[in-house]
Amino acid sequence: MASPRISKRFVRVWQRNLTVYQKMWKILFLPPLLEPLFYLLAFGVGLAVMVGGVYYRGSEVSYVSFIAPALIAINIMYNAFFENTYASFVRMYFQKTFDAMMATPLSLEEIITGEIMWGATKSVIATAIMLAVVSLFGLVKYPEGLLIIPLAFLGGVAFGAIGMFFTSIVKTIEMFNLPIFLFVTPMFLFSGTFFPLENLPLWAQKLALAFPLTHLVKLTRSFSLGLIDSALLWSCAYLLLFCLIWFPLAISGMRHRLIK
Amino acid sequence: MQYVLEVESLKKTFDGFVAVDGISFRVSHGECFGILGPNGAGKTSTIRMIYGFSPITSGNIKVFGLSISQGWRTIKSRIGVCQQDNNLDPDLTVLQNLEIFARYFDMPKDQALHRADQLLKFIALDNRKNSTVTDLSGGMMRRLVLARALINNPDLLILDEPTTGLDPQSRHQVWNKLEDLRAKGLSVLLTTHYMEEASRLCDRLVIMDRGRILVEGKPMDLIKEHVGQDVIEVAEPGDELQKYIRSGSMVYEDLGHRLIIYGHEGEKLFRTISDEYCKEGCILRMATLEDVFLKLTGRELRE
Repeated sequence: MASPRISKRFVRVWQRNLTVYQKMWKILFLPPLLEPLFYLLAFGVGLAVMVGGVYYRGSEVSYVSFIAPALIAINIMYNAFFENTYASFVRMYFQKTFDAMMATPLSLEEIITGEIMWGATKSVIATAIMLAVVSLFGLVKYPEGLLIIPLAFLGGVAFGAIGMFFTSIVKTIEMFNLPIFLFVTPMFLFSGTFFPLENLPLWAQKLALAFPLTHLVKLTRSFSLGLIDSALLWSCAYLLLFCLIWFPLAISGMRHRLIK
Repeated sequence: MQYVLEVESLKKTFDGFVAVDGISFRVSHGECFGILGPNGAGKTSTIRMIYGFSPITSGNIKVFGLSISQGWRTIKSRIGVCQQDNNLDPDLTVLQNLEIFARYFDMPKDQALHRADQLLKFIALDNRKNSTVTDLSGGMMRRLVLARALINNPDLLILDEPTTGLDPQSRHQVWNKLEDLRAKGLSVLLTTHYMEEASRLCDRLVIMDRGRILVEGKPMDLIKEHVGQDVIEVAEPGDELQKYIRSGSMVYEDLGHRLIIYGHEGEKLFRTISDEYCKEGCILRMATLEDVFLKLTGRELRE
């Protein structure tokens, strides 16, 4: 009987990336530490004066506690998406790391799974750091806020998988500008991140519901404000569905690209 | 088990282009087997199918008696592969390159460290353990790729052009190491387009061109059979000589500015030629594998 294409050996690929991360952690952990501080300073101090409070799910919340969880959601997206686009592309295309791995007992499926799991892990690491930072300002309600950690993994897999799919189709590294310009940036702005979705015209609100970030923001915000209800399951289900679609597409795209 | 590798009617096509066109060969235990051929002959395609990197279009490959489609993971855990590119991990140090590669084989950490230590001594890089791989010279990188391919103590070592792009010193050093391994009884499959490498290392070899095997045999036998013992080379041959050569039943190649005559009794013929037709620019040498190779695959460029 043939060996299965995916086994727990994918952890070996994940471990490789962790080893590299450990060598550079002092540099790598700075962005998630400093970025929320910059944002909170700019938006919390600078913009909040003009905005005041925001009406969210029936109650008024301060603008800072409105955007803090959105910043975490954006970071979940960025960490996994950039890891599985630029960083994975460098490993695949320039460093030929995947080629070397494929001459070992690892399968292509395991390599790609390990990469996506690593991207999601980076999301979790960044989320943990950011969560700690914003908690210092009393912007997160506990224990509900802790749910953001496992959520970071789910969101990381979703964005990592679609990132990996783009990696399987771009010809050059510059071409990542396209998905960033057409996919990531619109989400960054229009997923209920910096203003409530309800401020958009109805058609745009409906469109925004297709964005995975919309659901991720909704979840991080509800968790950090402590507003848990069963409707949130729909958002979780959407993210899960997004993973279930893009993960296999990423693997088959990579198979198409690398196996000749 | 008698054969470490059995290849049967192996075929590979890429979008209609036939890269490997029904080749068959077998490699015995402890043998060093070479695949020679010009660029684009199908060497790398063949090797990639053997180590399970690319799927087979048709035919059969058995490694250690297992078919590659069924036993790919077992096979891949028992072979060592030196790919053509230096795909060392630039994010890691010399030692980490070996350590982390060992992890891909599920090797326990202390065993991996022990093995890495041995191998770094073997390739004389034990003093560079903590260097970044990008700081290494081309020859050092190549040796490290070789060490990495040996990390799992493989039963079959597959080398795809192991010395391409190396300076003569580094090349000889790699050959030395490969000879050590061969002496220890490791089975080796090697592709190359350096004839000296093939003659020196291979017990048996095939010459491939355009996806097919042209000849198979021991290097010395192939030389004797296809070009004889001696070769006479004449630079800028005169008309008289041309006429003389054509009148006999000699096997020769006319390259315009150079005439190459193959034969078994070269010495006698060489005396005649050098005495009567040319005083200089005429040499007698032993036939080499390169003569066989060029005779069989032709002299036109392959790009």
